[in-house]
Amino acid sequence: MYGNSLQYITKAQADYARCIDDDRLEEWPSLFHGPCLYKITTASNYRDGLEAGIVFANSRGMLTDRVSALREANIYERQSYRHILGLPSILSEDGAKVKSETPFMVARILQDGDTSIYATGRYFDVYEIVDGAAQLNERTVVCDSSRIDTLLALPL
Amino acid sequence: MNKIVLPPEDARPLNWPEGLTRVPYWVFQDQSVYAEEQRKIFQGPNWHYLALEVELAEPGDFLTTHIGDTPVIVTRDTDNEIYAFENRCAHRGALICLENRGKHRKDFSCVYHAWNYDPQGNLTGVAFKDGIKGKGGMPDSFKMEQHGPRKLRIAIVHGLIFGSFSEDVPSIEEYLGEEILNRIERVLGGRKAVVLGRFTQALPNNWKLYMENVKDSYHASILHLFFTTFELNRLSMKGGIIVDESGGHHVSYSAIDPEAAKDVDYAKQQLRSESEYKLADPTLLESFDEYHDGCTLQILSVFPTFVLQQIQNAIAVRQIVPRAVDRTDLNWTYLGFADDTPEQRLTRIKQGNLVGPAGYISMEDGCVGGFVQRGIAGASEDQAVLEMGGAEANSSESRVTEASVRGFWKAYRANMGI
Ligand code: FES
Ligand SMILES: [Fe+2]
Repeated sequence: MYGNSLQYITKAQADYARCIDDDRLEEWPSLFHGPCLYKITTASNYRDGLEAGIVFANSRGMLTDRVSALREANIYERQSYRHILGLPSILSEDGAKVKSETPFMVARILQDGDTSIYATGRYFDVYEIVDGAAQLNERTVVCDSSRIDTLLALPL
Repeated sequence: MNKIVLPPEDARPLNWPEGLTRVPYWVFQDQSVYAEEQRKIFQGPNWHYLALEVELAEPGDFLTTHIGDTPVIVTRDTDNEIYAFENRCAHRGALICLENRGKHRKDFSCVYHAWNYDPQGNLTGVAFKDGIKGKGGMPDSFKMEQHGPRKLRIAIVHGLIFGSFSEDVPSIEEYLGEEILNRIERVLGGRKAVVLGRFTQALPNNWKLYMENVKDSYHASILHLFFTTFELNRLSMKGGIIVDESGGHHVSYSAIDPEAAKDVDYAKQQLRSESEYKLADPTLLESFDEYHDGCTLQILSVFPTFVLQQIQNAIAVRQIVPRAVDRTDLNWTYLGFADDTPEQRLTRIKQGNLVGPAGYISMEDGCVGGFVQRGIAGASEDQAVLEMGGAEANSSESRVTEASVRGFWKAYRANMGI
């Protein structure tokens, strides 16, 4: 099972990154399955067990709202991301449930063409392997730095 | 950062227009103004937020922070008192403490030459003070008690620790005044705060532009669709602005109308939005009645750089740290309280989505400061117009006013002597 899970998760990671970087944000909530948790926090908050997130969503509806707010409600400067993902590590496997950790680096491209490294960190994920595919149940995005640039508009 | 070169006194463009309704743009741009703010405001007779008392719950707890550019260590010593002193070694000026926070600290030793300090900031040891084998060492005239980092005065208000470098600063009660004190008490009084999360938001603008935004009740329901659509804050709601006598502190608050709320509950009101925008999961905005006064929002600021926020049940303190003329760190600490139920805790955490760098409301505030900083480039001679609600800096029931922004400039100019 181990080898296959790694393969399935790698595919899920690639799909996730492409979804955001291609600006298909409307599809982003559908990448989450079952009980949904999406949270962005910092390494120091994560280490200290502090509960609050910079983004906190515990339903797919809240993910949908994130996207619709960006599309319809919020005022911010347009921008895009490029996700560079490292290799996933399997942390544990319990039947179909697989926990993994994957390092990421996200570059942000602004309207004026300015490209900079926006965030680095790790995804702590919970997947369920169903019919040869890894379905994302939970994602905790742990940013390495506690300092976040003024605008965290797109999902990491 | 910190490349501050002081030009000669008369190089400063101190042509400030009459009255409180104009703000010259150079005040957000000029390097010498930034340097002078450090001396007159941050080292001057003001109280500056340092930390929460609960972050230093036990003797030996410590953390580091900043007042303006100046690094500061805050400690709780074994006498259970809070102390603060400059995080700058009395020897050659190195940082004494490199960690953000920690516990069980009995002393602080500088890594450079191991000069040692107690948690109250007294110099207690100088390595090789008496030399080696009778050679070298400090002269007899060197007295340890005459050397040490600068100590701060400390004041604690409802769990908020403030510090000041100034001997001339009035007592915190006098500094804040009764109305502001009461409004701090309303949010924090008699309760044990719990830190739910903390992080820094890097703002691409002068620190005063963020402070203006905090005090600008005029923009809130225009820029922020979330506020308006979900009636968290509308200019038509009951509420008002409190500006203290100095002008520097303010409270902006809004309340649901208890008469209207009687027959239409809050969830139903959310549906009566003017915009088409709807939330797929409106539990984000579900709140519990925490303060029993109908106030859905209270934003409070203390001159120069402290903000206490109540947006529904999202409670936070914000500390503004200037880093350069056009760079500012905004330190957020999200709070709950020790007696929160798990449901209440979850409500606070969900409402945390409104604030911070990704906040449905705050991301817009984070943007506009940068828009102004970029917009005023090349316009140092020009000035902002602050005439909404008149020319004074007084409290009012209307929030269609820039009174508290004018109040900020009143206090700022008093501090700066301009
Ligand atoms: S600079 Fe701290 S001991 Fe020398
Ligand atoms: Fe705002």
